[in-house]
Amino acid sequence: MEFQFTGEQEQFREFVRRFFNDTTPTTEVRRIMETESGFDESIWQRLANELSLTGISIPEAYGGSGFGTVELGIAMEEMGRCLYPSPFLASSVLAAKALEFVAGENQKAELLPAIAAGEKIATLAFLENEGAPVVTDINCTAQGSDSEFKLDGTKQFVLDATVADYFLVTAMTDKGLSLFQVDGSTAGLNINALKVIDQTRRVSRVELNNTPGELIGEEGAAQDGLEQALNIAFLALANESVGGAERLFEDTLEYTKLRRQFGRTIASFQAIKHRMTEYLLNVELAKSAAYYTAEAADIGAEDLAKLASIAKASASEAYLQAGIESIQLHGGIGFTWENNTHLWFKRAKSSEVFLGDPAWHHARMIERMVEEQAA
Amino acid sequence: MINEQTVRKEVRAWLEEHWDPNLSLLEWRTKLTDTGWGMPDWPEEWYGKGYPPLLAAAVEEEFVRFGAVGVAKAGIRLLAGATLLEHGSEDQKKQFLRRILTGEDTWCQLFSEPGSGSDLAGSTTRTVKEGDHWIVNGQKVWTTSAHHADWGLLLARTDWDAPKHKGLTYFVIDMHQDGVVTKQLRQMNHHASFNEVFMTDAVVEAHHQVGELGQGWGVALTTLAHERRRADGLQPMASAKDTEIDRSGSIYKEERAENDVMMAPYIWYPQRAGRVDLALPRAIETGKIDDPTVVQELARLLILSSSAEWTARRARAAQQAGKPQGPEGSLGKLAASQVARAAARVHTAVSGADSMLMDEDSPRDGIIGEILISVPAVSIAGGTDEIQRNIIAERVLDMPKEARSDTGPFKDVLKN
Repeated sequence: MEFQFTGEQEQFREFVRRFFNDTTPTTEVRRIMETESGFDESIWQRLANELSLTGISIPEAYGGSGFGTVELGIAMEEMGRCLYPSPFLASSVLAAKALEFVAGENQKAELLPAIAAGEKIATLAFLENEGAPVVTDINCTAQGSDSEFKLDGTKQFVLDATVADYFLVTAMTDKGLSLFQVDGSTAGLNINALKVIDQTRRVSRVELNNTPGELIGEEGAAQDGLEQALNIAFLALANESVGGAERLFEDTLEYTKLRRQFGRTIASFQAIKHRMTEYLLNVELAKSAAYYTAEAADIGAEDLAKLASIAKASASEAYLQAGIESIQLHGGIGFTWENNTHLWFKRAKSSEVFLGDPAWHHARMIERMVEEQAA
Repeated sequence: MINEQTVRKEVRAWLEEHWDPNLSLLEWRTKLTDTGWGMPDWPEEWYGKGYPPLLAAAVEEEFVRFGAVGVAKAGIRLLAGATLLEHGSEDQKKQFLRRILTGEDTWCQLFSEPGSGSDLAGSTTRTVKEGDHWIVNGQKVWTTSAHHADWGLLLARTDWDAPKHKGLTYFVIDMHQDGVVTKQLRQMNHHASFNEVFMTDAVVEAHHQVGELGQGWGVALTTLAHERRRADGLQPMASAKDTEIDRSGSIYKEERAENDVMMAPYIWYPQRAGRVDLALPRAIETGKIDDPTVVQELARLLILSSSAEWTARRARAAQQAGKPQGPEGSLGKLAASQVARAAARVHTAVSGADSMLMDEDSPRDGIIGEILISVPAVSIAGGTDEIQRNIIAERVLDMPKEARSDTGPFKDVLKN
């Protein structure tokens, strides 16, 4: 296992960071998050055309760049740093990976290139109930045969549903868990954008009422592929989270060196110094887990499910803790709308509970470890 | 041009010819010392071969593979050796270095005092010159192996008019004298790994002053730097681990006896670190694995401990690649404290009221009890977490230094 990024990877990171510094400063994040869709088409197109980032981990055979999870992690980390509001996680990670692992050859060849090129935005509608990412824990059903299925049910917490061209929807058929493509403009599809704490990440409730959908992959055979896709999504979100946490840390450290009280900078108080070192430790530990597990995905580690849960749980807790620390260390100004800290705090909150909260991942990880011990 | 392969070949050939497991330890180590194979990274004129660290590590690996015993490295001998190599006089090197490597002398480190722990430079051990020797009065503490040491590395005050760090001098003191009394210090976990050392009109020969008068702090920093690099003297355990080799020769018996003495102070160290390895097996064997609150605590512990390990490896990889040290390199100690405390919490949750018990009444033949009463040492030993946080804040995060009130002449500084 490698424990450092290669020179190429470091260069890639620099390149991506520069792009976001130019296109997505916090003023721009604030502008986009106040719009109805929460999405800026022009940055997205530049992301696709200039950086080919929308297809970063889509295989080359399907029009992507074919990079590994480590590079995907780097891209996510940089997006997390700047809080880039976009359907990247929905389309280029969740939907693209679901297609890669579930769809048949022809469907991949048909659908993935458009996602890779940023021309089509897809999103995975698979969560129900309280949003725990258990792919089989659903009430949504589909009935029909190979050519045409009709879907019924309600999907929760669907990312970027209002800007998606199509949905990949999970539903139970007589043969088991299956995946369907549902066009965004289909009649009988009801999209309810929900009011969210984190305006940079939009979710909707999607209701399907006898809604037509096209089967993706084999009927009743979607579970394994979806679980593989989810492991990658957990890692991607973990890497995004450590990027956000690191940015919060850096901004807060800088603030403590500027803010003066009692005739000295607050950074000179031991209470603040000790707090900042624990903060640093918290962020660095989560970074290590996120980096290590992304690498593990690329070398095909057998215990990836366990590792992905470690990364997700650890990044979620570290990010939220970073948000809490940063607001506290900013004092009163940290609780204002004008100060930027709350933007990251809110992303930390949504990332903490989206795709499984820490408690869920803890339980999953220990379950896997008990199995390992028994084996 | 020497390279790793030729060195490995050479050391193997030499071992083939000379290694004899029925020599006495002293006979064998004398050979190692004379040829330079014992400490190949030491200079050629002082029992080494002047190899860079990487080649020396290759030599050490060949020794382990061959099953050959090395020079005496346990305890703080090598700290003494490294310090004397850098700061000692020719005479001191002649007198001490060889007997360090052959294991004939054992050493201890007389730095910490009851009044100067974190503030190590606040030593108040009084040292006065009388003719051709120094008279020492004061008390040291946390001195591992002092009760069987022949020599001590002593940091003491020689000038009370100079500022704190400028009035210290570094000495070698003979531990076998009436003026030096050692007393075992019993710890809260029942072990006694350390000593208090009382010096009453103890004598140090003038020629056993190491480095310049008043420059003792700089010399002590050399010792401390090597201490950090060498971790805690556990290295001989690694070579004894290799079980493939026939260890029936008499030299092994002698080495084991030596190890038993030298390693005795450290037998509780794994428990001090929290024994994370036992957390999951204990949760399974007690059935507590079905308790959701235990599962949450256990998961947090295992995540913390894996992340700490990955962070350490990330730091090591960066160091090996010659990259400037990032923040990840200085966090290991703080992480270890968190891991140990989390482990103690999990062991308690898993063991329930059995956590009241110790020795044979405690689970796993007393290991659990020993963990619970040893963990508090982790965040103190080798520099408290608080000092570590100061260092990280000031050196890594570039936050302002603490205001000082101890920069004037030491005699005017409020004593600890």
